[in-house]
Amino acid sequence: MLPGFALIVGRELRVALRRKGDALNVLVFFVIVASLFPLGVGPEPNQLRAMAAGVVWVAALLAAVLSLPRMFAADLADGTLEQMLVSAQPLALVVAAKIAAHWLLTGLPLALVAPLLGLQYDLPANALGVLLASLLLGTPVLSLLGAAGAALTLGVRGAGALLGLLVLPLYVPVLVFGAGAVTASLSGINASAYLSLLGALLAVSSLIGPWAACAALRVALD
Amino acid sequence: MKSDWLHFAAPQAFFPIAGKLIPWFSVLAGVFALAGLYVAFFVAPTDHQQGESYRIIFIHVPAAWMSMFLYVVMAGWAGLGFVLNTRLSGMMASALAPTGAMFTFLALWSGALWGKPTWGAWWVWDARLTSELILLFLYLGFIALKAAIADPLRADRAGAILALLGVVNVPIIYFSVQWWNTLHQGASVSLARAPSMAATMLTGMLLMAFAAWMYSIAVSLARVRTIILERERDAAWVQLQRMAA
Repeated sequence: MLPGFALIVGRELRVALRRKGDALNVLVFFVIVASLFPLGVGPEPNQLRAMAAGVVWVAALLAAVLSLPRMFAADLADGTLEQMLVSAQPLALVVAAKIAAHWLLTGLPLALVAPLLGLQYDLPANALGVLLASLLLGTPVLSLLGAAGAALTLGVRGAGALLGLLVLPLYVPVLVFGAGAVTASLSGINASAYLSLLGALLAVSSLIGPWAACAALRVALD
Repeated sequence: MKSDWLHFAAPQAFFPIAGKLIPWFSVLAGVFALAGLYVAFFVAPTDHQQGESYRIIFIHVPAAWMSMFLYVVMAGWAGLGFVLNTRLSGMMASALAPTGAMFTFLALWSGALWGKPTWGAWWVWDARLTSELILLFLYLGFIALKAAIADPLRADRAGAILALLGVVNVPIIYFSVQWWNTLHQGASVSLARAPSMAATMLTGMLLMAFAAWMYSIAVSLARVRTIILERERDAAWVQLQRMAA
């Protein structure tokens, strides 16, 4: 079972490496959105420090939604997805591998870049660490729940905007606890409670995300 | 065991019985609404803190109750259809969604109208308001997904997955928003009202809640009948009805 998982993850990464633009564009989008806020609200450092976590997290949510339609669309177009569906591997394994690859290509780079954005917002060092930790715990949830949304809107007219409408309300708890962790550490409170809650969300969504995505793929390819 | 509890799961069998039930539930809704409004406007006393503006709770609270209740009922129908593959269940879920979204909007709107004279603001980021707003987004997502998929059976099944995902998430969203609210402390007002509520106020509210409930049933049945006709328009029994009419 594990070799199959590694094989699919490797394939996804190889495909992405051949077309670097796709993953890079999402990352650049994330940086641009986060850089637009100071232009909109003004350069006052105290205000920026207070809103940094929220801005970075909202930008991460939007970047995730932007990247989701590609999770299954290319494989549907060239028939690979149908082959995966009828292959000997359980579909849940295929979906889990695609989710893992999606996180490696979008969530992880985004989390690693975020401390730089935090510096622009004048966050202190310990808050930068919490921001990184919250994104490392939270972005997999975005990929897991997003996979269900991507599968539900597969091949549907106007899928992009619809996908945002479907998954953004489900992302609310991640946003609350992710940004809350940073805000708590800024005001001198231990952020571990928030990080634990993010971990709990990760555990729950790794249970229901792949299940829902599998069910939705079966519906889409019926 | 062969029983015919699934008899009315066939759209053809459900269509006439739904038609017979609609007048009953409509009359019940009207009677409860008249009684509730009478209690609300002529029997319930004026609140000594909020004056007359508190009377909006007679529409606001039933609407908020129905908005949450209908989402669970909708997800229940959708889940039933997903498991048992009964066509009618998906149609029921489709028929309930607009009514649920309407009540969610009504709860938000009446809350804003109440908030302006009471709190001095149309909107505050109170935990209940915020989670009600997200509930509205969940309804809109469900309706939009069903509308975007042309094949009705696929739309039912996709909608069912989304509704089940939503119903799992509703409590998580509710508690996260509540904790978020206590963290930020921005809005110092809360919905906590005086603990003692006059019995007549409660009676009025319950009567209005029953009215909203009966209305929801009547409207959903009427809507499901049109959905049945739309989807089964090529079926023989629909053609027969058309010729008879």
